[in-house]
Amino acid sequence: MKSRRLLPVLPAITLLAMLGPVIAGLYGTVLPAFGHLPAAGLTGPTLSPFYDLFDWAGLPRAVMLSVGVGVGATALSLAIVALLTAGWSGTLAFRFLERLLSPLLSVPHAAAAFGLAFLITPSGWLSRALSPAVTGWERPPDLLIVQDAWGLTMMVGLIVKEVPFLLLITLAALGQSDTKRSAAVAQALGYGRLTGWLKTVFPRVYAQIRLPVYVVLAYSMSVVDVAVILGPNTPPSLSVYIVRLMSDPDLAMRLQGAAAALLQLALVIGALIAWRIGEAVMAAFGRRWIISGKRGKFDPIVGGLALTAGGICAFLVLAGIVVLGVWSFAGYWSFPNFLPDQLILRNWMRFGPGTLEALGETALIASVVTLAALVLTIGCLEAEYRYGLSLSSRGMWLLYLPLLVPQTAFLPGLQTLMLNIGADVGRLPVMFAHLVFVLPYVFLSLADPFRAWDVRMGTIANALGAHPDRVLWGVRLPMLLRPILTAAAVGLSVSVGQYLATLLIGGGRVATLTTEAVALSSGGDRRAIGVYGLMQTGAALIPFTLALIVPAIVWRNRKGLRHG
Amino acid sequence: MDKGLTLADVTISKGGAPLLSLSRHIAPGEVLSIMGPSGVGKSTLLAFITGTLAPDFTATGTVMLDGMDITHAPAHQRRVGILFQDDLLFPHLSVGANLAFGLTEGGSKVDRQNRIKEALEEVGLDGFADRDPATLSGGQKARVALMRMLLSDPCGLLLDEPFSRLDSALRAQVRELVFARAKARALPVLMVTHDAEDAAAAGGDIVTLSPLH
Repeated sequence: MKSRRLLPVLPAITLLAMLGPVIAGLYGTVLPAFGHLPAAGLTGPTLSPFYDLFDWAGLPRAVMLSVGVGVGATALSLAIVALLTAGWSGTLAFRFLERLLSPLLSVPHAAAAFGLAFLITPSGWLSRALSPAVTGWERPPDLLIVQDAWGLTMMVGLIVKEVPFLLLITLAALGQSDTKRSAAVAQALGYGRLTGWLKTVFPRVYAQIRLPVYVVLAYSMSVVDVAVILGPNTPPSLSVYIVRLMSDPDLAMRLQGAAAALLQLALVIGALIAWRIGEAVMAAFGRRWIISGKRGKFDPIVGGLALTAGGICAFLVLAGIVVLGVWSFAGYWSFPNFLPDQLILRNWMRFGPGTLEALGETALIASVVTLAALVLTIGCLEAEYRYGLSLSSRGMWLLYLPLLVPQTAFLPGLQTLMLNIGADVGRLPVMFAHLVFVLPYVFLSLADPFRAWDVRMGTIANALGAHPDRVLWGVRLPMLLRPILTAAAVGLSVSVGQYLATLLIGGGRVATLTTEAVALSSGGDRRAIGVYGLMQTGAALIPFTLALIVPAIVWRNRKGLRHG
Repeated sequence: MDKGLTLADVTISKGGAPLLSLSRHIAPGEVLSIMGPSGVGKSTLLAFITGTLAPDFTATGTVMLDGMDITHAPAHQRRVGILFQDDLLFPHLSVGANLAFGLTEGGSKVDRQNRIKEALEEVGLDGFADRDPATLSGGQKARVALMRMLLSDPCGLLLDEPFSRLDSALRAQVRELVFARAKARALPVLMVTHDAEDAAAAGGDIVTLSPLH
């Protein structure tokens, strides 16, 4: 009976949990940005934080890095995914790449970035593989590849992670519209496979993946952990600079940090608007291209390039995880040997206890947050089913809002706000902060399968005299076991990968695998990074494996639930 | 009051425009067949009677079942059984558990098991209790779905194109079974169908709905 009173208000609670911290954080950013910080005895309003910020010599470069890397990574990822799908969807090669890329989605950004770094540094695995036979190098060349001043490595680090994300989103969108026949008709009219798909299917698909693309753009512009590991240091990207200011023991530095956070927000909003205009321009070009009737002479070349790029993305993440593993067991490892001179267990014995402690903290936070997200999501979807309280298309924007507002814009403000009201930092606030990011992903992952459930099952169960609660617990949720576990795995991996929320809201006192691993990056101890990076990857990957195995075991005698 | 299913001045509208109007009484053991082109609102009428009308429809009028006004009763308290063209057996439950889900509450465990066993025997499916419903043939599934519904002890029965997925040989057989069981339990039956043969086999009144606008 309790649920009857609780259920109708769950959508409101969900919106509050998702948007409350964002709005409070933005409010907490605006005040100190204009010089108001009572905790440090400062009262505004004044523009001096902005003057301080604009006096920083590194600012133009930091802004360029933010915008350049963000827009570049998004555009390239989208191009790879669009051309890959256009040229290859439905083929064996595509299915193979899809299988390869899907699990990579859950690999935390930081682990993928470390893996990439270990592959491409002058003393990295690729250089070792080619030395001295191809390169002639007897010792690592003096090249700055990782942390290059232009942020190119950082861009690659983002692309290898965003390609799997956009690919899965695209595949989900493909399933929703009748795209196969359009592509077939185009081919019958003499269009190349890739050109035909781009001209007939892509416009429809893009309309559906637009919001996720915006998420990638906002994320890439403001990412911190990947920028710390792969991005330049002098100056760093704007988001890393903000985190440095916020971590400064001098509270007054937070004023400048808040001003920089507002600048970051303005940059992201500006970039989103520019991207939107770019869409219209591209659409105009696209229409001209369609009317031209060109059948696609270069399809084989473009398709080949896209497949290569997709393959490289998969290779860089997979090989990166392998090299993390090798380093975690490496003793002495001289250049240019491809494998360590000795393989030892000492690294694991030395860092193992520390990782286990961090794993415990990570697992506790991720489990509680994911469980809360699942309860809220299922509650919202069930309320939608029972009372017709559904999210409109404008509501979908609300769902994406926490993912579109740059983390570096509202998390520092949230931390400052907590400081001002005297709230304690620590594990519980970190959980609430994680929930902001976990909720949208869990909701987006579960909403479609939940809504696709045949409601006549519910009608039948009701007609058999089952109360709506019994229908939910006895019929709907068991039937949806697989998508629920998948959504849980998504939630867990999002929580495991959170860096900034844990660092800022935890006040440096909450040590998860991700914060510990990123903290190691400045020290450059590859063996320690190998151990932590591998643990972090495992913490995100194992739930996905379970989400596949558990339904297969539970429903091993139920043919009707084996697929879908 | 009267036994049976009564629809008193039922009008269903969508967006203010009336879709269909009907006023009928179906006595226990009788079948009323409703025919008409698709889109005329046949299934919507059934949704109104089961209490699962989609929010974009509005309905006026009263539904009485065995003298009780169930127009506004919660869906699970109406005691109106329904069969669709798909069997809609719960795929995560065994055949026996599907029947147990339908069987009215109460009784000891052994008691309930016996009732399920009897129900399976009644339709020639002895020993099927532990089977996965997905491994059954179309006709077997239809019989399980029928018994699951009857075990919930309904006071009226709605049929939504119930035989249209079955091939013609099986169709007559299942149809006969459903009507015979309904008659044996003196249930008023409201059937919606495209198929004139189904309606003729039902042996009751036939109402043909035509679009109001």
